[in-house]
Formats: sequence, structure tokens, C-alpha cells
Amino acid sequence: MISRNWLVAAGAVAALAFGVAACGGDDDGNGGSSDNGNGDSAELSGSVLIDGSSTVAPLSEPMGVLFAEEHADVDVSVGTSGTGGGFEKFCAGETDISDASRVIGDDEIAACESNGIDYEEVSVANDALSVVVHPDNPVTCMTVDQLNQIYGPDATATSWSEIDGLDAEFDADLQIFSPGADSGTFDYFTEAINGEEGAQRSKDVNVVGEDDNATVTGVAGSEGGIGYFGYSFFTENQDQLKALEIENEEGDCVAPSEEAAQDGSYNPLGRQLFIYPSAQALEKPEVLEFVNFYIENVNDVAADAGFIALTDEQIAEAQAKVDSLTGGGSGTEEEGE
Amino acid sequence: MIAASRLSGGSSRISLEAASPRYGEKAIVWVLAMCGVLSVLTTTAIVISLIGPSLNFFRQIPVLDFLFGTFWSPAIQPASFGVLPIVVGTLNVTLWGLLFAIPIGLGAAVYLSEYARPGVRKTIKPILEVLEGVPTVAFGFFAFAFITPLLQDVWPGFLGSGPNIFNAGAAGLAVGLLIVPTIASISQDAMMAVPGGLREGAFALGASKMRVATRVIFPAALSGIVAAIVLAFSRAIGETMVVLMAAGATPNMTLSPTEPIQTMTAYIAVTATGDIGTGTIEYDTIFAVGLLLFVITLVMNMISIRFVRKYREVYE
Repeated sequence: MISRNWLVAAGAVAALAFGVAACGGDDDGNGGSSDNGNGDSAELSGSVLIDGSSTVAPLSEPMGVLFAEEHADVDVSVGTSGTGGGFEKFCAGETDISDASRVIGDDEIAACESNGIDYEEVSVANDALSVVVHPDNPVTCMTVDQLNQIYGPDATATSWSEIDGLDAEFDADLQIFSPGADSGTFDYFTEAINGEEGAQRSKDVNVVGEDDNATVTGVAGSEGGIGYFGYSFFTENQDQLKALEIENEEGDCVAPSEEAAQDGSYNPLGRQLFIYPSAQALEKPEVLEFVNFYIENVNDVAADAGFIALTDEQIAEAQAKVDSLTGGGSGTEEEGE
Repeated sequence: MIAASRLSGGSSRISLEAASPRYGEKAIVWVLAMCGVLSVLTTTAIVISLIGPSLNFFRQIPVLDFLFGTFWSPAIQPASFGVLPIVVGTLNVTLWGLLFAIPIGLGAAVYLSEYARPGVRKTIKPILEVLEGVPTVAFGFFAFAFITPLLQDVWPGFLGSGPNIFNAGAAGLAVGLLIVPTIASISQDAMMAVPGGLREGAFALGASKMRVATRVIFPAALSGIVAAIVLAFSRAIGETMVVLMAAGATPNMTLSPTEPIQTMTAYIAVTATGDIGTGTIEYDTIFAVGLLLFVITLVMNMISIRFVRKYREVYE
């Protein structure tokens, strides 16, 4: 059950743990990162329960490990029940933080309300799912509908010439690549393009599992190849592949880029990843400390986990949301439980 | 009488049993017996671990739908659990592998056993057997980075469009390379084991070397040769890394060497290393496919044992 992202994330942890451990020594144990000021007091203990999206887990896992480097008595556990499964537990008050690769849904909002769970939506990273084709492919921009003609559950197209309204003539056999159905990338793409999470064409599709490298070699090696994965995978391989521009809701063709993901113009394939801490959980000092730590350090692992880092404004906004949830300011009043 | 009584009297006094209990020796016998039992236990444990989740799977998907369905898409909605495309994919690679390996392997065996001078044989055979020890991931890379581009370059146009970047043919050839040593080495042993008298008798009757090899040695060694081929078949059908790297991951009901396919082993490997939830039906498919693979190999081995018994030439 190890995906590529997990391995990368683990590598990032190993590298960062080294650096943070060194910092921790210099800072004489005051956390080195938190500005809420309770680090110098009694050592934190307890647990932080996280569950939710497996897409966000490659961020939450290394954050948990790095946090444990400084606070050995705090036990951070990260589950991967999926965004929906995570919210179910979160709104029942069973978890402290919910990982989500989409915003909370209406049903879930109602469930949280009925249980009296207050929460905030905190961005932790951006992503731009990149649709890649062979460099010789003359097509530059595709619409959601055109992508649906390739990836939709009822799609039968076998050649690029069968796709309606392309911006260039192209007559090569389609070679379709897709990540495995358990990946968050697959969930997000199918939701955005096919309108239903998990629904995708499965005939004549090369399902590469968690091995995005197979998509790279496959698309780079087939004239009519097409595939998709997280933005970082495209940037690593942009000498072999071409990323398509995607026509967004405003009707503009936008190429995947850090800026386009951060300003929201790369839609619907640009996305934000969130953590949802609850107000009740933030009353526990170890959870508050962890969330602050998370926001401050998440950019260090974002790229290694395959995502686009937060902008300074996004970090400030995230911090402000946490502060508002804890009753404003960087409270120091809560000591112990 | 005297002798008899002396004998009986002697046996009551002189025992052939060891003077001391020798617990150490008994322990050694036990340890050795356990070593033998271990392989039986392992096989049993594998079968048991396969059967549990497989039963779970077959409670939800009827066995016949699984075995004879022609559409395999266990994860992507709408799900379909017809295993035939990946069975055919497995046979595709195995077929091309055997087509390549049997002539070469048998040719090498005939040469080594009948033609090569002892010095040459002593040099070549170890080299051939070293090939068996090359990690299969190296063969996979070789197939993907060398055989596929080569096939794409030399593919004649009249055979239709050339091989895909992932294709069954390159994987088949690499699997073939992988099993050549198995076929060559075991067949050669079988040929060498044919009594020299047969060879000499044929020569004395004026047969040429070629005739001796094909008409005398080959039939006499047939049971060993079949055993070698079946062993190679089992090896090819279970090969994972090569097909994972070179053959693609597209369940595809075809025996064409140019198209991407997926084999049973590659499906298991890809799915088991993904973020798959335990207890889901997709998780159980791994075991159902594994069980089917196990049964196929078992049946092949049983057929070969029958064949070997039936056609075995017994001398002396």
C-alpha cells in the first residue's frame, strides 16, 4: 500500500527531520516555529487524530513526523479514509483534524452543525493536475467536454480525429493513460472531467496504478498518447512531454503553472488541498501547536509531496483562520488541559 | 542347539542400539525432517491465504462471470470482473516467449550434448546458467529500452501498424530470453543421460550425427525435454517484473505482439502496490486472480507429470 507520493514524502521527512532536529537544538526546545508562545512551558503531550483524504496524507504524514521530532510525547496519527470518510468522523467529533482534497459538502456542513462542531477551512497546498500529450501533438488547448470524449465512462474514441472541435487537425491513434482508481488524482480528475468521482472509461485504457513514471514513458513514447498527473510530475518531465492548456469556466485557455493554480484561473483542474481543524480540538494545546506548525512548515514538504506551495497571502489567510477559531490573537492562556 | 542358544542368549545381552541415547542425533533427524515439511507447509499456507479472500470475492461475483467474462475493470466504475482479458494477456506473453525460447533452448541443448567438445561445453554451460541468475528487472529494462525500440525500427509495414511503446511482443521476447537457460540446461541433462550404447549403436549402423541427435537422442530424452518446457512455461506464466515494465497495463483480449496488454501477475503487482483499501472487492480480486494463477500452474505441472510418466523411456 505504498504509493510514489508516500515514498517521496518519506524521503522529504528524512531530509527535513535532519534539518529541523538541528534547528530544535539551537532553539532550546521552544518549538522553533510556533509563535503562540506556549512552547517554553511544560512539554506537550497527548495525541492529534487526523483522518481524511489520501491525497493530503503525503503532507500530513511528514508534518506529523516532523512535529514528533520536537514533541516526542505527542502522538500524531494520520488516517486515509478519503475526504468523505474523514468528514464523517470529523463531524461526529471523533477526529481533531480532517484532511480534504475538496471543500466540505452541504451534507457534511449540516452534520457538523447538528453535532456542534465548529471548524475552519485551512489551505495547505495547491495543485494543478496536468494533462500531458506527446510533444508532436499539434493540439494546444482542450475543453472539459473534449477531455470527457476521451476519458468519459461512455467514451469510445480510438483516434484523435474523432474528438469534436479540436484546435488542430490530428490523426493519430489514442493511447490513453490513467492513474490507478485508488489515487486522489484519479478521484479529482474524474470528478472534474466526468462529473462523477470514480467514473472513467476503462476500455483501452492503460491503468498504470501509482506509477506515474509509466505515464511519462508511455505518453512520451506514443504519438497519440495522453495522460494526467500532479503538476510536479509534469515539471520534472517537461522536456519529454507537452502539457495541454485547459479551457476554464471563464472560457480562457490556461496552461498549468504555479501562478495559475494559486490564483484559481487554472480551473477545473487546479485545486487546493485543505485541513479542517475543529474549534473543540484546538482547545487542546498539542492540536493548536500542531496546526500552527503545519501552516508554517508545510511549504517545505509541498514540492516533495508533488504539490504547489502556498503563497504568502495564503499562509497569512490560513493563520488568520486558525486564530479566529481560537478566539482571536495568538492565545497563550490555554496551558495544559 | 548350542549355537542357537548362544545366539539367543547373545541377543538378550548384546544390543545393537546405541549405548547412550544420542539425543543430538535425534534432534538432527527432526531438524532435517522439518526442513522437508517446511516447503509443504508453505504451499499449504499459500493456498489457505489465497482461499479466504477468494471465497469473499466469489460470494459477490459468480465464478462463471469471473472465469468467462470478457471485460476486466475491477477498479474503475462501472466495474466488471471478467478475468479472460488478463488470462489471454498472460498467454500472449507466454506464447511469444515459448515460441522464441523452445527452438533456441533445444538447439543449444542438442549442440552442447551432441556436438560440442567437452572443453567448449564446460565453458558455455556455466555462462548459459549465469543468464538464469540475472535479475528479471534487468530483463524488463532490456525489453523496454532495447527490444521495443528495435522492434519499432525493424517492423515491416505490411504487418500493420508497428509495436506500441508498451507491447506484448517485447515482453514475450525478454521472457523467452529468461527461460532459454531453463530449457537448454534441463534438456541437455536429459540428452546426456541417454545411455551411450544407443548413440554408439546408431553410429555403428551408419547414422549421421544429425540423425542420431534427432531420431535417437531426442525421442529417448523426450520426457526430460517436456519437463524442461513445462518448467519454462510455469516460469513464463509467473513472470512479473518484465511484463510490468514492458507490456503495459491495458487488459486486452489479443494475442497480437504489437499491442499493450496486462498479465495476471502484472495486475496483482500493480494493484497490491497501490493505495487499495483492505476488505474492498478490489482487494479480494488480487487473491482470486492469484488463486487462478496457482490453479493454472498446478494443472500444467500435473499434465507434465502424466506426460513424463507415459513417455518415459526406461533403460537397463
